[in-house]
Amino acid sequence: MRNEKLDLVTGDFYTQNFQKGARENTLILNMGPQHPSTHGVLRIILELDGEYIVRAEPILGYLHRMHEKMAEVKTLVQYMPNMGRVDYGHPLAWNWAFAGAVERLGGIEVPERAEYLRVISCELNRITSHLLWWGAYILDLGAFTPIMYAFDDRERLLDILQIVTGSRLTYSSFRFGGVCADINDKFKELVNDFIPYMRTRLPMYKGLVTDNIILRKRVEEIGYFSPDMIRRYGATGPVARGSGLAYDVRRAEPYSVYNRFDWKVPVYEKGDAMARYLVRLDEIEQSLNIVEQAMASLPEGKHIVDKAPKYTWKAPKGEAYFAVEGGRGKVGVQVVSDGGKNPYKIKLRAPGFSNLSLFAEASQGTLLADAVAILGSLDLIIPEIDR
Amino acid sequence: MNPIKKFFQTIADLWSLIVGLQITGKYFCQRQVTVHYPRKEIDPEINKTYRGHIELVASPKDPTKPKCISCLMCVSACPSGCITVVKSKPPKLSPEEEQAIKDAEARGEKVKKPSAPKEPAQWKYDFSLCSLCGTCIEACAVDSIQFSNELYVVGTSRNDFKYDLLARLKSQAEKRGPVAESKPEAETKEA
Repeated sequence: MRNEKLDLVTGDFYTQNFQKGARENTLILNMGPQHPSTHGVLRIILELDGEYIVRAEPILGYLHRMHEKMAEVKTLVQYMPNMGRVDYGHPLAWNWAFAGAVERLGGIEVPERAEYLRVISCELNRITSHLLWWGAYILDLGAFTPIMYAFDDRERLLDILQIVTGSRLTYSSFRFGGVCADINDKFKELVNDFIPYMRTRLPMYKGLVTDNIILRKRVEEIGYFSPDMIRRYGATGPVARGSGLAYDVRRAEPYSVYNRFDWKVPVYEKGDAMARYLVRLDEIEQSLNIVEQAMASLPEGKHIVDKAPKYTWKAPKGEAYFAVEGGRGKVGVQVVSDGGKNPYKIKLRAPGFSNLSLFAEASQGTLLADAVAILGSLDLIIPEIDR
Repeated sequence: MNPIKKFFQTIADLWSLIVGLQITGKYFCQRQVTVHYPRKEIDPEINKTYRGHIELVASPKDPTKPKCISCLMCVSACPSGCITVVKSKPPKLSPEEEQAIKDAEARGEKVKKPSAPKEPAQWKYDFSLCSLCGTCIEACAVDSIQFSNELYVVGTSRNDFKYDLLARLKSQAEKRGPVAESKPEAETKEA
């Protein structure tokens, strides 16, 4: 926009383009990149008519770290630590997607015990991811206390995951052909304590937050996504399951040993923010079921194959794709190799990117405060969207 | 919605707030879960497998020296380039020794020049670059690197995280000096 007084063109490329379509009596507002409800550095340009949103445009790129480019200058083994840093919420899903793609490409067999260990650690990590989202979402909506309860439980889980992965946030514990370390007795003890404990906490969450009328008034019938819209934008995970689409990669294209366990895919038909909220809380319960069964039927054996690839290992020429169900949806990794030292190309499919694209359409005509509730219900992790 | 139904709905809605307050009250009376760090520490059992910064493993013969053979596998394996290893140079010869070698070579004899010791001259590690992935540990040919359990690492500048791991190993060995010396003796007695 031209500022007549100063004789200057104000705003950057995105603002200037956005302003071309604006009405005369509306206000253009930048939400972010440092807005507390955007969980990182997501910027949304809004056109407001009073307190109602006329248009919204998410702008990305403030946290771009060139993960895909970095793959081209490292060997496959050296690229593994990057996979712990794409998504700080559920890094083990990315670990798994990458390890799975390389194993498919190189024809590496994974021992059965390693598959079970992967399931256990990945599901525990899914619970931490949902707890983090739960606490932060309620915090966005204006209630401070629940995040303290969520972090109490999350800290316990981080202690457990620390035993098996060695770190507390950016895990890179999967290896091609297994996992980096076997579990010990302390891990078994803590997990077996945690499962019944967490089952007593879930009703408490329901009483404290889910049934609370203030929360219900804020999230019910807000941000409706129709199944058609979900399909158009390619949204997956709890966002799709909250709109009545029972798509879960663990069920739709079973990988690893998931088909040996008895668990349900939670689906809610309503398609509003509350439905997505309930899907995630139900998923915590289902993850506990999976972990319990996996711990009970954990087979003996090795945690990694004998001839696990060294850092100089070259993948054979070809390409492979592997998808897993992450905390936010379908996490996919495509590895292309020309038989050289480094991979030719690695493509990362982030679920948050597709889920965010729903926002522009869904937020039209809603109140600004409701837009925050819609944005939170998508469970966005900005580093994952930007990669 | 008829007025009577609406009235009872409002009562039920208000009740949900009281349920929440009951839970808050219950947890308010319970013990604190926060661990007040300098006064208290968390269970050391779970930190046994914690991956802190890397450290060198002492050789069984001499606890002040590492097992490291300066093969530089860790340096090339590290994805972040945070390890610098400098190989030792061969010992300097005195002029007489050099002359003797030259004479021997002139006579057509095969002379064995003194080779460089395998142990590294320098082992520098930049913790500020390290991503704690363990690639160097898996690449190490003689298992000379391991993760330390250092949980409480702090520093006031970037240079505080540039470690000289040889010096660290030496000071550690000196700290627990008598214990480390008595151990091999006990083992030999048993053997």
